[in-house]
Amino acid sequence: MGQGLLQIGLTLCIVIAITPVLGRYIARVFLGERTILDRVMNPIERSVYVISGVRPKDEMTGWQYIRAILYTNLFMGILVYSLIYFQRLLPWNPNGLGVPSWDIVLHTVISFVTNTDQQHYAGETTLSYFSQVAALGFLMFTSAATGLAVGIAFIRGLTGRKLGNFYVDLTRGITRILLPISVIGAIALVLLGVPQTIGETLTITTLEGGTQYIARGPVASFEMIKMLGENGGGFFAANSAHPFENPNGLTNLIETIAMIAIPAAMIYTYGVFAKNIKQAWLLFWMVFIVFVILVWVAAGGELQGNPLVNGTLGIEQPNLEGKEVRFGWAETALWAVMTTATMCGAVNGMHDSLMPQGLFATLFNLFLQIIWGGQGTGTAYLFIYLILTVFLTGLMVGRTPEIFGRKIEKREIVLASLILLIHPIVVLIPSAIALAYPFSLSGISNPSFHGISQVVYEYASASANNGSGLEGLTDNSLWWNLSTSLSILTGRYVPIIAMLLLADSMSRKQTVPQTPGTLKTDSLIFTTVTAGIVLILGVLTFFPVLALGPIAEGFKLASGS
Amino acid sequence: MSFAREASRAIRSSFVLWVIAAVIYPFFMIAVGQIVFPHQANGSLVRDSRGQVLGSTLIGQPFTSDRYFNSRPSTTVYSTANPNKDDNLVLQTGISGASNLAPSNPQLIERIKDEDLNRLQTSGIQPTADLVYTSGSSLDPHITPEAARAQVSRIAKVRQLPPQQLETLITQNTDSRFLGIFGEPGVNVLQLNLALDELKPT
Repeated sequence: MGQGLLQIGLTLCIVIAITPVLGRYIARVFLGERTILDRVMNPIERSVYVISGVRPKDEMTGWQYIRAILYTNLFMGILVYSLIYFQRLLPWNPNGLGVPSWDIVLHTVISFVTNTDQQHYAGETTLSYFSQVAALGFLMFTSAATGLAVGIAFIRGLTGRKLGNFYVDLTRGITRILLPISVIGAIALVLLGVPQTIGETLTITTLEGGTQYIARGPVASFEMIKMLGENGGGFFAANSAHPFENPNGLTNLIETIAMIAIPAAMIYTYGVFAKNIKQAWLLFWMVFIVFVILVWVAAGGELQGNPLVNGTLGIEQPNLEGKEVRFGWAETALWAVMTTATMCGAVNGMHDSLMPQGLFATLFNLFLQIIWGGQGTGTAYLFIYLILTVFLTGLMVGRTPEIFGRKIEKREIVLASLILLIHPIVVLIPSAIALAYPFSLSGISNPSFHGISQVVYEYASASANNGSGLEGLTDNSLWWNLSTSLSILTGRYVPIIAMLLLADSMSRKQTVPQTPGTLKTDSLIFTTVTAGIVLILGVLTFFPVLALGPIAEGFKLASGS
Repeated sequence: MSFAREASRAIRSSFVLWVIAAVIYPFFMIAVGQIVFPHQANGSLVRDSRGQVLGSTLIGQPFTSDRYFNSRPSTTVYSTANPNKDDNLVLQTGISGASNLAPSNPQLIERIKDEDLNRLQTSGIQPTADLVYTSGSSLDPHITPEAARAQVSRIAKVRQLPPQQLETLITQNTDSRFLGIFGEPGVNVLQLNLALDELKPT
């Protein structure tokens, strides 16, 4: 037990250590200051701008920024849809895979273009190497960079700057942050055993005489951007539990750090933009503390193991169903909480077989969306809560709500409420519909309370743009492909549009001078109140579902039936 | 700004980024992998003296006989199939995947009682978590050192080897934690059984 907690603790220490370094670097990149990659990347970026006809100095308004996001995402979606649809005619298809059905391709494209990476297909049996690398791998870069751009534009607006230029942010996100780290990380992964080949599936006679088929492919390059960009769509069906995606303790550490690095650093990046590092650290610790509590809950459950199985065995053993020996209960529990917290969605052990405690922690993350939160957008959600807190506390003490020296008025509160309300709407309503038709629609594979969790998890993961799932669910059906696509699209673009509009209107406001009566937002007490409001607003909305799903399952298991 | 101009920018920048992220990056990585680390990049394959591929050190194989250290139970039988009767379409590409049974699912308890515990009892192995639970990938190459040690006396009897020697083999084929901290130690079953065959071919 001590060894397991030590691994978790040390991993988190590394996260704390790299947060200010990476956070400052991201800020320098997007503030246009000098960085170490200037000599290599400046000419490349200049040619990108020339070819695409972008004038990097042009500032965009809120709506221009939004339209640029929507047009690029739409076009990228069409491009990738056609690449997958014609994979039979394209190169790098050594296993001769054909065309998947239209609804699964549509769901896959929507899911990857929005950084969700929910997968209703099995990678090795459905997609050619070209489709994986050149179609989905492409979206892994652009969707992550789009999220980053939104987060940065939001921070710019909030701190009184102009929003910037989407194409510049998109390009710099890829060339300065995602691509360089991916190249280094992917080389490390190949060195440690992750394959990078276009060779076909191997056929092998096992020592006992059976015939084994070993799927391979260009995994390492795909794996690294999958983790770094909070994408999470696996090359193989087993995702990062597959020994070719994640072969040992060190690759697991690299992938864990890659997964959380950018969402954690973005909070610090805000601090640099706002010239208020103190507030950045306060918010960082607020999120960190909730995160550690959730890891504790999940890890405790896995370590204690399944009481029913332990009763049969006659000894206390950790729950290793759906887990790999090389990771054990500790690394799997940490990963499960982190992948749902950061909206990555990759898994190194199966969430459907997690103990109810683990399921509680993962669902909790998907509901709140700010315990780190998605690439770029997570930090924006955090500030939406901050704005609401300013508004509520302002009402309580009878002061005009102000944040960063700007008044919060009706328009901002309407947009903030919309951002926070859209998530429960596109999670709970379709869940209710699916649960109302348990045989025709829901596709539940585990009976009783866990079945409710399966359905709600699928929509929460879709709407939060996470992408993990309780994979026992029979989700490759027309209903699931189309209804989750709708949740994904609404859960991605409505908040993004509202965030950018909010940032735009904040950036245009006159600053009001600070007086002794101004509410300080960078104090410990204000941060504590924010945490309280996050928990009350976020958790109360979803508490009935948590009670019906993991909490009820936990009680049932504890009662020994 | 007109619609046409905005759309053309979106399309042109998408294409440029496609070339960078979807062509140059993976191609560069394939070149690095194949030139600098060909062994790992092709799947860490083990070959015998004649160059025949015996397996991958990273991918487990099914071992159920008494002559070998047994591996963990697997939902896909380690992506193996009978070439003449391939219901799961393993044949085409190889597969991975887990049971996805919830801890509260009665099927899980039934499976453990009927299949896993029965199997372990017949071979006289003290049950450990890794030997009754299926893995996440169904290709787990490892068992825990405890699970390996629990099989020593059986192997020693069948192969007529001193248990001491088997213990040494286990230690030699254990993949330890990174820096002694991260991950869990696991005994690589394929490598252990290959070493066993080398020691005493039966």
